[in-house]
Amino acid sequence: MTFFLQLVVTGLVVGAVYAMVALGFVLIYKSSDVINFAQGELLLVGAYTCWTLVAVYHVPFLLAMAVSICVSLFLGIAIERMVLRSFINEPVISVIMATLGLSSAMRGILQVIWSTDTKTFPEIFPSAPVIIGPIAVSRVYLYSLFISLAMLVIFSLFFKYSNMGIAMRATADDQQAALSMGISVKVIFAATWAIAAVVAGIGGILLGNINGVNPSLSHIGLTVLPVAILGGLDSIPGAILGGLFIGVLESLSGGYLDPLLGGGVKEVAPFVVLVLILMIRPYGLFGQEIIERV
Amino acid sequence: MLQLNNIEVMYDRVILVLKGLSLKVPQGRIVALLGSNGAGKTTTLKAISGLLTAEDGEVTDGSIVFKGEEIHGMEADKIVRKGIFQVMEGRRVFEHLTVEENLLAGAFTRRDRAVVKGDLQLVYEYFPKLKQLRHRTAGYLSGGEQQMLAIGRGLMARPEMMLLDEPSLGLAPLLVQEIFEIIEQINRNEGTTILLVEQNANIALSIAHYGYIMENGRIVLEGTVDKLKRNEDVQEFYLGLSELGQRKSYREVKHYKRRKRWL
Ligand SMILES: Nc1ncnc2c1ncn2[C@@H]1O[C@H](COP(=O)(O)OP(=O)(O)O)[C@@H](O)[C@H]1O
Ligand SMILES: [Mg+2]
Repeated sequence: MTFFLQLVVTGLVVGAVYAMVALGFVLIYKSSDVINFAQGELLLVGAYTCWTLVAVYHVPFLLAMAVSICVSLFLGIAIERMVLRSFINEPVISVIMATLGLSSAMRGILQVIWSTDTKTFPEIFPSAPVIIGPIAVSRVYLYSLFISLAMLVIFSLFFKYSNMGIAMRATADDQQAALSMGISVKVIFAATWAIAAVVAGIGGILLGNINGVNPSLSHIGLTVLPVAILGGLDSIPGAILGGLFIGVLESLSGGYLDPLLGGGVKEVAPFVVLVLILMIRPYGLFGQEIIERV
Repeated sequence: MLQLNNIEVMYDRVILVLKGLSLKVPQGRIVALLGSNGAGKTTTLKAISGLLTAEDGEVTDGSIVFKGEEIHGMEADKIVRKGIFQVMEGRRVFEHLTVEENLLAGAFTRRDRAVVKGDLQLVYEYFPKLKQLRHRTAGYLSGGEQQMLAIGRGLMARPEMMLLDEPSLGLAPLLVQEIFEIIEQINRNEGTTILLVEQNANIALSIAHYGYIMENGRIVLEGTVDKLKRNEDVQEFYLGLSELGQRKSYREVKHYKRRKRWL
């Protein structure tokens, strides 16, 4: 029972980070129907930047995190400006191809700068675990959970109540009508990419603190695909639940099935469940309903 | 206030839709732009509001002057900031947003955020129905309610000029009557200049001060509302008041002649 709870808690923590990263993914999809294959590399940029500041330049962690967030923000805007804007009025599939190309290019550059060795963060959070009932949870997990949940709440409120959030949802609904309100689609896309890069960057920093940073961290970019699809590619609450679900699923299958089957189940399980769910609900669990009036 | 001089519009670089169209909208007036389906009315409005670019359309000739400034070629969001707001054909409400969120989206370009709250109340005074529905998802509203929302969204931008594209489309006559009365009130109380596109000439001429009739990408007739209402051609083709009903045999010939005279 303790083992089970331990796995569930670990799963929830990682799942919350997934949910946050998936949020960026969903945003880009909602506003432009584009599936962003470079999300994983955006994770790496945040993680490497923060690691360099902390481990090499001994910058305090919170400051380093703030700087990394700014770097991610500008990177997101720059990507939209320099890469994607040239694809305006092109078919969506071309843009998706562009994000694939971007992903390879970024991975190459990142490997040249940081090589492929695992970089471990110096110990930032006290190592003594927190005892909650029967289970012990390390502090880095608790902080990660707290930060991811806080970001999810902040972004949910932002989309619900801020003018920019409303404008982003309006653009996702009807781009031309949004334009007729004076909502510049270019500004919205730039904001979308900026947010996607920021949440990915934060996710990278948190997971980097847990497991260290190396190029395989970018696989999270792929894992959030089932997360987002599971929730319905266009649903923010869906991404949150999907993230938690996949996190717990990964953790449980890693804990129980990997020892029996010799490993690998953890990585495959999300995709297996994804296929099963898509067979039953092609639009994901929370995909936006299409409103039809009669 | 707004002046189109000899504009030409092309779609996809080949399809010429407006062929040298000119019209004027004086400040504080309601000007109607009438014409049958496919005449180019929507294209005219989109040329003004800058929404053409999103459809691969382009103003290839002529000038569009708003308050003494050439606005042809400006981005759509800049034109909204200049004070021109287009209420698009077919209502185009943001279906998954609530009524109030739709209205707030209309206020996106406003700098004076503090006043926006009060403007919500203003919209609710014009359209009390929207107040009751304000937390409802817009996609589930009836056609008439959506049209009110579309116009309310325009009000939220506090434009000096509104371009209305067929607000009567698909609505029951009683509702059309109600909405046009409100349009007239907006013009009178807020001083909003209105360029009103309609196929329903009867209702449009009931509130307009001046009218243009277009066919095939050109203006074929213009005049004050009284003059248009007296014109036999308008009566026959647009107001459905034909007095030639009895003389059926002549009718086709007359049609032909009249069209000739316009072109
Ligand atoms: N996006 C477009 N691309 C190509 N042709 C178009 C486009 N929009 C409209 N047209 C053509 O332009 C003409 C005028 O259309 P429109 O301005 O919508 O007329 P109206 O609003 O008066 O019914 C029509 O023949 C229509 O087929
Ligand atoms: Mg039209």
